[in-house]
Amino acid sequence: MIKKKAFSGGVHPHDGKELTNTKNIKIAPLMKEYAVSLSQHIGAPAKAIVKVGDTVLKGQKIAEANGFVSVPIHAPTSGTIISKNKKTSAGGRMEGGVDSVIGPTGALVPMLTISADGEDTPCNDLEPILSWQDCKPEDLKQRVLDAGIVGMGGAAFPTHVKLSPPPSQNIDTLVINASECEPYLSADHRQMLEDTKGIIEGILIIKSILGIQKVCIGIESNKPDAIKAMQEESRKHNIVVTALPTMYPQGSEKQLIYAITGRKVPMGKLPMETGCVVQNIGTAFAIYEAVVKGKPLYERITTITGSPIVNPSNWRLRVGTSLADALTLAEGVKNPDDIGKVILGGPMMGMAQFSLDVPIMKNTSGILLLNKQEVTLYTSGPCIRCGSCINVCPQSLMPSTMGVQIEKERFELAEETNIMNCIECGCCSYVCPSHRPLVQLFRRGKSEIQANNRKKKV
Amino acid sequence: MIAPLLFMAGIGLLLGITIALANIFFSVKTDPRIEEVEDMLPGANCGGCGFAGCNAFAKAVVLDAVEPQKCPVCSKEEAENIASHMGMSVEFDTPYVALVKCCGDNSDSPERALYNGVTDCSAALLVAGATKSCQHGCLGMATCARACPFNAIEIDEKRHIAIVHPELCVGCGKCVSVCPRNLIDMVPKSAPVHILCSSPEKAVLQKKACSKGCIGCRKCSKLDPESIKMDGFLAVMDYDNYSTNTEIIDVCPVHCIYPSLEEK
Amino acid sequence: MSEEKNILLPNPSKLVVSSSPHLHKGNDVQKIMIHVIIALIPACLVGIYVFGWSAAQVLIITIISCVLIEAISLKLIGKSQNALKDGTAVLTGMLLAMNLSASTPWWVCVIGALLAIVLAKQLFGGLGYNPFNPALVARVGLLIGFPTFLTSWAPTKSMLSSTHIDAVTCATPLYQIPLTLKNGTTEILSYTNMDLFLGNIPGSLGETSALALLIGGLYLIVMKIVCWRIPAFFIGGVAVIAGIHHMIEPKTTLTITQHLFSGGLFIGAFFMATDMVTSPETKKGAIIFALGCAIVTYSIRVWGAYPEGVSFAILFMNAFTPLIDRLAANKPFGHIVTEN
Ligand code: SF4
Ligand code: SF4
Ligand code: SF4
Ligand code: SF4
Ligand code: SF4
Repeated sequence: MIKKKAFSGGVHPHDGKELTNTKNIKIAPLMKEYAVSLSQHIGAPAKAIVKVGDTVLKGQKIAEANGFVSVPIHAPTSGTIISKNKKTSAGGRMEGGVDSVIGPTGALVPMLTISADGEDTPCNDLEPILSWQDCKPEDLKQRVLDAGIVGMGGAAFPTHVKLSPPPSQNIDTLVINASECEPYLSADHRQMLEDTKGIIEGILIIKSILGIQKVCIGIESNKPDAIKAMQEESRKHNIVVTALPTMYPQGSEKQLIYAITGRKVPMGKLPMETGCVVQNIGTAFAIYEAVVKGKPLYERITTITGSPIVNPSNWRLRVGTSLADALTLAEGVKNPDDIGKVILGGPMMGMAQFSLDVPIMKNTSGILLLNKQEVTLYTSGPCIRCGSCINVCPQSLMPSTMGVQIEKERFELAEETNIMNCIECGCCSYVCPSHRPLVQLFRRGKSEIQANNRKKKV
Repeated sequence: MIAPLLFMAGIGLLLGITIALANIFFSVKTDPRIEEVEDMLPGANCGGCGFAGCNAFAKAVVLDAVEPQKCPVCSKEEAENIASHMGMSVEFDTPYVALVKCCGDNSDSPERALYNGVTDCSAALLVAGATKSCQHGCLGMATCARACPFNAIEIDEKRHIAIVHPELCVGCGKCVSVCPRNLIDMVPKSAPVHILCSSPEKAVLQKKACSKGCIGCRKCSKLDPESIKMDGFLAVMDYDNYSTNTEIIDVCPVHCIYPSLEEK
Repeated sequence: MSEEKNILLPNPSKLVVSSSPHLHKGNDVQKIMIHVIIALIPACLVGIYVFGWSAAQVLIITIISCVLIEAISLKLIGKSQNALKDGTAVLTGMLLAMNLSASTPWWVCVIGALLAIVLAKQLFGGLGYNPFNPALVARVGLLIGFPTFLTSWAPTKSMLSSTHIDAVTCATPLYQIPLTLKNGTTEILSYTNMDLFLGNIPGSLGETSALALLIGGLYLIVMKIVCWRIPAFFIGGVAVIAGIHHMIEPKTTLTITQHLFSGGLFIGAFFMATDMVTSPETKKGAIIFALGCAIVTYSIRVWGAYPEGVSFAILFMNAFTPLIDRLAANKPFGHIVTEN
């Protein structure tokens, strides 16, 4: 089943996936130190429950959830907590709006630094649940929370919250996001080929938590081998695999739901309104590991790629590995002075970093380096009203108008032009011939509008 | 040739008469004093008084007996004139000016990467937390300067830092809320010394981020414990009871205490 | 990971940070303008071929004065001269020249450039802020100020060599419409459809050859510089209206082909109405705009005081662009459901 045209707009940048999509996932060796951020998800940061000097085991809970929209955090290896200082993280959180994404705030957030003892002694706090089919959905959901699972596709929204729709909301479809539409990344692609069974079992667990029958997996058609592998495995379980057109941002929740079910998420509402729950395949695999193997989330697949990298590759990295350590795994860079940008995540929505001390987090799907030539240092011009941005906006917004309004600091007018519906996908900035920093303007506009609305409420 | 000219003149006349009539029939009866007061106000329409503009403020002065000196732009004489016109008495508060509590320019707190984007402090803050090494300092991208109706804030383009000119600042307070780093405070114009740093970081982190950052050594607060209080690792001036002791300028080992607002 | 391998890590002091997205399609304003200039070259060449050296002179003078005037205005306003690099001044000059007669004296060209760059563009804030197409503002300004230069067309070279016309100036086919209407006959038109299509007729130096303009226009559409909607609906609109009118009153009106290929319809539809700054941004808006242009053009041609209406029609619709933009704004994805 191939859908012809899924949503209006979108762009098709050079995807650069050929650098890594044939490379097996390698398991990263143990590092000396891990810096684990307490703010790795949308929602309240976790509360540390260990002190400096404590020894911890691999998988031991070191910080607990702080409220409903929050998850615990686990130690990536055994060792000693050596500091609790603030360090610059890859991204703190941005107050959740309609479409909140992790904001590249680069703010100081508290981190627990663990010095590894080299033993990697596991802690067996979480018992494997082998016969999960016999478990109550509540217990499985509790396990998802206890394992600290968040959306691994990028948003890092606590998964147990997404799996707890209000009873009034009728959910009938589970949509699995395997489109991996961000250029350069191949972590999901490789995982679908190598961990097929685990992913499918994870999907079945989610299915039983939600108590629904219909499951669709959406994969972009530029990964035929992954489609084939997933189809073979999912056929046994009555799961549909849909090949989607290769078009960025196919993996955005709203666009994905529309492509697969034909339902449109109402403006300003959550995807749940359409009766769909969307989960990433990385999350499904993490759930499988948490339930069947009793392993909390302290590891993830990350693509380390980009033209300056000596050996672009896919890695199973532990949360807290610093960028410098991760780049060392990929054998470093060809020319240290010819690096334009270091990006956490993909090139369209990732965050540029200024330091290599930044640790990877639960949602870091890729580390991308661009060389100086690939980084355009733009000077933006005025909008020439070419309309390109309007034609590519997957949310059918008017980026040109919104951009001008934010530039003039007319936030109320911008709100009327539906700026809050922007998903910050970056298609508009990608095509703008005037190199207008539209997405940055929208981020600013959205945060000012949210601040104003909060003030109004008080 | 003459016909169209007459025609045009006719239309003009007609419109003029309509406007004049409308003015007579639809005009709202207002207290004439409101207009008089409004004329006497400086007319900056800045909103610094807390009302929706000069007209609203004039109304408030006439109808609710709000004191004219609540307009921060009014000079002393202007306020006195209005008060005497209204038969009120005036008592003057100490004049306030804005103060940007940061003195670390880009040589003290260097850029940690090359920033390419919108020149606006709030927008820059959304990109990796802005590129200034100090996480609390002034970004110098003029969000406050654009908000100031009196052009009292100058951005030093080379040093990337905001400087308030106290002689231009009327104390309207508009800049205070727009600074995304909350660096601007309203302080009495008469205060002779200021601590120009807002970073509460510990000395270890502070040294790395900015050479002029307050390290929490307490030397200034020991000299004047009444006015200077420590907030964590940051010395904070209590402007309700400000220090007049200019010796603190020289005791500060990092030189973040300044005598006047403009010299930094 | 052995140490001998000498692994190099990025030098963190030289990194760039900016907001996502970190990729760009690679297009820019300058590239767009270069494409448009390339697309205009065939029509210019035909102009030079048909009208001779004087056409080239007009072109060169207009382009150079536009660029110089732009440079001077930027200097006076205190803007960076970098704005010159976008190539819009060259393009404006070219378009203006193509709207002038090959016999236009040099000083009229310079005044035209002044009107285009200063009055129509820089006074409104420069590129992106001008509500009206600069080249058209200049053309209309000159038409009002110096009607004789703008309505006396240089004869084509072939005419000069053949003996049937010996005047220095002659009329473009559309100028014969009022005459046609008066005489109740179309016989007065002495040009074949082929002449009209290839451009072997008197007129502005760039507007005569429909073929050359069509080639340029298709190039722009194929290169995705302009979208096909404005030219298609503009030309299509005029064709439909002209066709209907000609069917009703075959005696007193021109045929579709005469309407399409004479006058400035092609240059207007492909190069003037599609100007990004002054036309609506959305697809729906573009269609409304183009149909409006078509209706106004035809009305002016047939019932108006001027025989040619394309410039006025486009300027007229330019004025409506903000309104059309507002009315034809896209509805956000998923908007329908919330309205209930
Ligand atoms: S306006 Fe927002 S949703 Fe639309 S293309 Fe731009 S970033 Fe994407
Ligand atoms: S793509 Fe850029 S120049 Fe074109 S309309 Fe949008 S903002 Fe304006
Ligand atoms: S004081 Fe605040 S708003 Fe003004 S330039 Fe500095 S950081 Fe920006
Ligand atoms: S500096 Fe601030 S307080 Fe002073 S006049 Fe300007 S906006 Fe008002
Ligand atoms: S440490 Fe203090 S003086 Fe230095 S930049 Fe930060 S706030 Fe400014």
